[in-house]
Amino acid sequence: MDFDFTEEQTLLRNMVQSFVQDNYDFDSRMKIVRSETGMSRENWSQFAELGLLAAPFDESFGGLGGGAVDTMIITEEFGKGLVTEPFLPTVVLCGGLLERHGSDAQKDMHLPPLIGGEKIWALAYSEPKSRFNPANVQTTAKQDGDGFVLSGLKSVVNGGPWADYLIVSARTSGEGWQQDGISLFIVDKSADGVASQDYETIDGGRAADISFENVKLSPESLLGTLDAGLPLLEEALDYGIAAICGEAIGGMHKAHQATVEYCKTRNQFGVAIGSFQALQHRMVDMFMEYEQSVSLTYMVNMHVGGDAASRTRAASGAKVQIGKAGRYIGQSAVHLHGGMGMSEELNVGHYFKRLTAIDAQLGSIDYHLKRFGSSEAA
Amino acid sequence: MNFDFSPEENAFREEVSQFISDNYPKHLTESRRAEFAKEDFLSWHRVLAEKGWVAPHWPEEFGGPGWSVTQRYIFDDECAKANTLIVLPFGITMLGPVLMHYANDAQKAHYLPRILSGEDWWCQGYSEPGSGSDLASLKTKAEHDGDDYVVNGHKIWTTLAQHADWMFCLVRTSQEDKPQKGISFLLIDMNSPGIEVRPIITIDGSHEVNEVFLTDVRVPAENLVGEEGNGWGIAKFLLGNERTGIAGVARSKNAVKRLKEISCAELVDGEPLIEDMDFKKKISELEIDLLALEYTELRTLAAESAGRGPGAESSILKIKGTEIQQKVTELIMEAVGTYSLPKIPMLDTGANYNLVGPDYSHGVSQSYFNMRKTAIYGGTNEVQRNIIAKFVLGL
Repeated sequence: MDFDFTEEQTLLRNMVQSFVQDNYDFDSRMKIVRSETGMSRENWSQFAELGLLAAPFDESFGGLGGGAVDTMIITEEFGKGLVTEPFLPTVVLCGGLLERHGSDAQKDMHLPPLIGGEKIWALAYSEPKSRFNPANVQTTAKQDGDGFVLSGLKSVVNGGPWADYLIVSARTSGEGWQQDGISLFIVDKSADGVASQDYETIDGGRAADISFENVKLSPESLLGTLDAGLPLLEEALDYGIAAICGEAIGGMHKAHQATVEYCKTRNQFGVAIGSFQALQHRMVDMFMEYEQSVSLTYMVNMHVGGDAASRTRAASGAKVQIGKAGRYIGQSAVHLHGGMGMSEELNVGHYFKRLTAIDAQLGSIDYHLKRFGSSEAA
Repeated sequence: MNFDFSPEENAFREEVSQFISDNYPKHLTESRRAEFAKEDFLSWHRVLAEKGWVAPHWPEEFGGPGWSVTQRYIFDDECAKANTLIVLPFGITMLGPVLMHYANDAQKAHYLPRILSGEDWWCQGYSEPGSGSDLASLKTKAEHDGDDYVVNGHKIWTTLAQHADWMFCLVRTSQEDKPQKGISFLLIDMNSPGIEVRPIITIDGSHEVNEVFLTDVRVPAENLVGEEGNGWGIAKFLLGNERTGIAGVARSKNAVKRLKEISCAELVDGEPLIEDMDFKKKISELEIDLLALEYTELRTLAAESAGRGPGAESSILKIKGTEIQQKVTELIMEAVGTYSLPKIPMLDTGANYNLVGPDYSHGVSQSYFNMRKTAIYGGTNEVQRNIIAKFVLGL
């Protein structure tokens, strides 16, 4: 039993840290999110050069052979810098799905350009009426000769505006929220019949509602087994949770740290406001929530590769914790900064907004409480 | 980073589990309503003492088993799983390390073996009516008279003092300087003339705590531990020394298991309570908090194993641990419903009473009442927050 990082992992952390320090100070970050595209292609190429996009993949595809913990280290440092580039959808969600379940041809074709930073991916699974349940799919893919015809609408696709390729969940049989009958497809976003309505999200990110109107798909675009895509999707989302938990603890750490520093220097009534016990105890409660979130973030990253039951329980448990802690720490950080906390020019409000968005991504507190409760104890 | 136990550690777990199932006194496993007697605690204590396992964190030279931090964790975990009585902390956990660190050779040679064997039952003379969280304001006075100290004062909330042979006691030996500087650490024979122990019955109807009145109690000067006036340093050492197990994770897991069993047995319009979404959510939230605490404790242990001793961060374990212990008793009471209302006498008064409701309902409200103490004792949870604010956040 040990909670130490290997020497390679420490080097990786140092590398991401210095990237964020050098290229992702608050002003640079705000320039990026306020730009038209909302991401920096230059940064993305840098990620590729530094090997960050290769970190979790097997060496046979040009990856670096790291595990979930390596991914967590990257997202944690990204979280500290509020990095907005689509590492989660491209590398963790779609890259992970491709590597674990793609055919050899799919992997050979898609992984090298993904790792090389040439192609960006997004996971189009949620729908206007699906809420957080990935089994609730109305988008359909009907057999058409050897191939399929895809029709439907996917909502709030994280990183959608930047994506070259999508992985789309669609019903190939069944209906409603039946577990069976869901399949996953690789879709070229420039294909005929794909239309993307792009927008900015509350945290400075970008997302899209993407519609598919009789989009013709080749038989080779099927990812995994026909009608049996849901377990693959659930697994990918749990990997996504493990990674987003890393990002969340990075953001919580910065928000808490900034608050403690502010309360040490802000004077009212002739003393630093950090000397008031009411504020001290709130900052201690923030600290405890942060530490408990770190604990479950480590826990989920150690268990995400395990069997489905323990993975589900770990991921949902961790997502509940970081959802609650993110709200508490974000709200408290704004509050303890007083009026300054309300200012768009201060970083604290942006950590609050990112933590708020994380809570609504990949399933809310209530959704995961329910999922945790219905999973069998490992 | 990995969370696997080594094959040796797993074998050790097996050994501990087997030992408990072979040797735990059978009369203690029966479900019972009344509180445990002195002899109950001692019977398990003696079994462990004979095996050499009664003081997991003591160094081998003083009779400890020489276990690693992980082995100690496993031992605690197995004891909790088997729902054994605890080994009372006053001698083994609190006083033992103090004596090893501060006492002279004669004191070590005399007291330590008697703590191990269970021959001496210790209680802790810290709090006073006017000195709770502000412990350094304590007033119990010890004055020199020949070769003795003469002690006068009033201690309160003294746990299980009714059984105690000895009390380790903070007394004021000087009125000068800062309040912290005039405090000394004395060992007092509870059979000394001038000591009166009066029970305090707590809201759960049990007799755990007492008032101890000391009137002209003569204590030989050789019973002073460390230097005169250094009692505050010893008191802080004692508090900071042993925090393993403070979170109570394994025992809370047991309690959650009981909560789930009760929730399966209780019905809501014919359906098990555990299938009720509202109640299930409460259980899930509790389980997630406990899971987080478990990993926070493991992180603390791992840091301790690597020689980065527990810092003030371990106050988190006390705060979160006690919040969870309280919450689980609250939910168990809630799960039981109306049969949480009949009062079960905790003291054997010989009176007859009607025992109604399912077995699992007996005493659940009293447990809930009793567990309110956990956020108050050992430094209130607010004092723990002050500690984190000062020593971790630098506020």
